[in-house]
Amino acid sequence: MLEVRDLNVYYGNIHAIHDISFSVSEGEIVTMIGANGAGKSSTLNSLSGVIPYKGSVTFQGKELPVGKPHEIVTAGLVQVPEGRRIFANLSVKENLEMGAFSRKDKANLKNDYEVVYTRFPRLKERLQQVAGTLSGGEQQMLAMGRALMSRPKMLLLDEPSMGLAPLLVKEIFSIIRDINANGTTVLLVEQNANMALSIAHRAYVLETGRIILSGAASELMKSEEVRKAYLGG
Amino acid sequence: MLLQQLINGFTLGFIYALIALGYTMVYGIVRLINFAHGDMLMIGAYTGYFILNALGATPSSLVLSLVVSMMVCAVIGVALERICYKPLRTAPRINILIVAIGASLVIENGGRILPFMGPNPRQYPQLAGSVNQLDVMGQQVIISQQDIIVIVVSIVMMAGLGYIVKFTKIGKAMRAVSHDTRAASLMGINVDRIISFTFAIGSAMAAVAGVLFASKYPQVQTYMGILPGLKAFVAAVLGGIGSIPGAMIGGIILGITEILSKAYISSKMADAVVFGILVLILMVRPTGIMGKSLKEKV
Ligand SMILES: Nc1ncnc2c1ncn2[C@@H]1O[C@H](COP(=O)(O)OP(=O)(O)OP(=O)(O)O)[C@@H](O)[C@H]1O
Ligand SMILES: [Mg+2]
Repeated sequence: MLEVRDLNVYYGNIHAIHDISFSVSEGEIVTMIGANGAGKSSTLNSLSGVIPYKGSVTFQGKELPVGKPHEIVTAGLVQVPEGRRIFANLSVKENLEMGAFSRKDKANLKNDYEVVYTRFPRLKERLQQVAGTLSGGEQQMLAMGRALMSRPKMLLLDEPSMGLAPLLVKEIFSIIRDINANGTTVLLVEQNANMALSIAHRAYVLETGRIILSGAASELMKSEEVRKAYLGG
Repeated sequence: MLLQQLINGFTLGFIYALIALGYTMVYGIVRLINFAHGDMLMIGAYTGYFILNALGATPSSLVLSLVVSMMVCAVIGVALERICYKPLRTAPRINILIVAIGASLVIENGGRILPFMGPNPRQYPQLAGSVNQLDVMGQQVIISQQDIIVIVVSIVMMAGLGYIVKFTKIGKAMRAVSHDTRAASLMGINVDRIISFTFAIGSAMAAVAGVLFASKYPQVQTYMGILPGLKAFVAAVLGGIGSIPGAMIGGIILGITEILSKAYISSKMADAVVFGILVLILMVRPTGIMGKSLKEKV
C-alpha cells in the first residue's frame, strides 16, 4: 500500500534521514521504533508532504506530491502529529469538523461522527468545550478522532503514547488495534517500543536516520539487540 | 456636546475598525503586517468614485459601489498576496515587510500616473443627504446621513464577518490555520486557499471602509489610505493583533480618542495625543486589549 524507497531528509547541513526504504501493506500495523532524534517524525512528515525530501514515496501505486499536504490527505494518508497539535482555540466539535474538511461525501458524515463518538465517548461529553482545556489523554483521543473524520485508508501515528500515564497508553493502544481491525492500515512511530511491538505485525528499528533492523514484531521483541537498546534489557 | 462628539467618534472608529480587521486577520493567518492594506482603502474609494460619478450619487448606486469595490479589492488583495508575499513565505519576516512597503509605494505612485486617477485630489460625489437634528435629553445632536450610512454598513459588515469566522466551514478553517498551520494542512485544509480567502475578505472590508471614508471626508487621492491605514494598524495592535474582536474594539477606541482629543485638547495635536495614549495602554498591556500571550497566537 505504501512504498518508500531511498528516502533522504536534510535540514540545512544536517542529514537527518539516510536512504531508508520500507513498506506497509494493506491491513497491517507497522511500527517504526527509535530513540529521540532518530528521525521518526522526519519520516512521517515526508510522507505527509510537509517537509522536502529526496526519494520516492508511492501510496496505492501513485507517487505522492511534495508540498501539497491536503492532496495527500484526500488520497487517504493521514497523520496524527507528534504532540497532538489539536486546534486549542476551537471547540472539540469544530476540531472534528476540521478533520472532515476535505470530505466530499457529505451524506456519510453524520454516521462518521457517531462512529468517533462511540470510539471516544469522552469526546462526546465535551463537544462544545474548547479543545485547549482537555487533558492530555483526551487531546490524544481528539487528535485521533479528528484524523479519523477524514476517513483515512492509512493512519500515520507519531508517538501517541507521549506524555501519557501507563493506563491511558494501554487504552490508546487498544483503540489503535481496534481502528486497525476495522480496516485502517496503521504506521505507528514510537519510542515506547514495548507497547508498539505488542500491537504491531511488523517493525523497523530506526537509529540516527538509518533503518538498522526490521522484521516481524514478535521476533524483534525477542531480539537481543532490541531488548538491550529499547526494552530496558 | 459630548454626545455629539461620541457619535462622531463612533463613526470614525467604525471605519478604523473595518480597516483594522484586515490587518489583524492577515496577521493571524500568515504573521505578516500587510503594509499595503491601507492602499486597498484607496482603491476601494476610487472604485466607488467612478461608479458614483457614472450613475449619480443615489442610495442604490452607493450600494452598488460598496459591492463592486469589495470585489475589486478582493481580487487585488489576493493578487498582491500571490505575487508579492507567497514567494517569500519562508523568507525572513523583514524581507516580506520590505516587500509590503514596496508594494504600497508602487500602488500609491502607480495610481498617480494612471490617467483616470492622477496626482490631483478629486471631489467625492456626495449623496444629497439630509442632516438629522435629534433632540436627546435637551441636547441638540446632529447626525448626517453619511454618519448613519457609516454606522449601519459597518455593523452589517462586522456582523457578517463575525458570522463567517464563527460558523462557516471556511471561517473555522481560518481559525484552525491561524492556530497551527502545519496541523491544519495535515488535516487536509488547503492552506493557500485559506490565505487567499483571508486576503480577499480583509481587502473587501478595507474597500468598504474606503467608500465610507470618502463619503464622510469627500475627497480621494492616491495617498489617502496611508494615514487611516496607519491608525487602523495601531488600532489592531491596541486591540491585540490577531484578535478579531480586538480589532473592532481597538478601532472604536481609536476613533473616539481621536475625536475627543480634537474637540477638547487640540485639533493640531490630536494624532500625537492619540498615539501617546496608545503607547500608554501598550505599556500596561503589551499584547493589546484582547491579545493573548504572544506564544499562544490567536
Ligand atoms: N526543523 C529542523 N531543523 C533542523 N534539524 C531538525 C529539524 N527537525 C528535526 N531535526 C533534526 O533531525 C533529526 C531527526 O529529528 P526527528 O524529529 O525526525 O526525530 P524523532 O525520531 O521524531 O525524535 P523524537 O523522538 O524526539 O520526536 C534530529 O537530529 C533533529 O535534531
Ligand atoms: Mg518525533
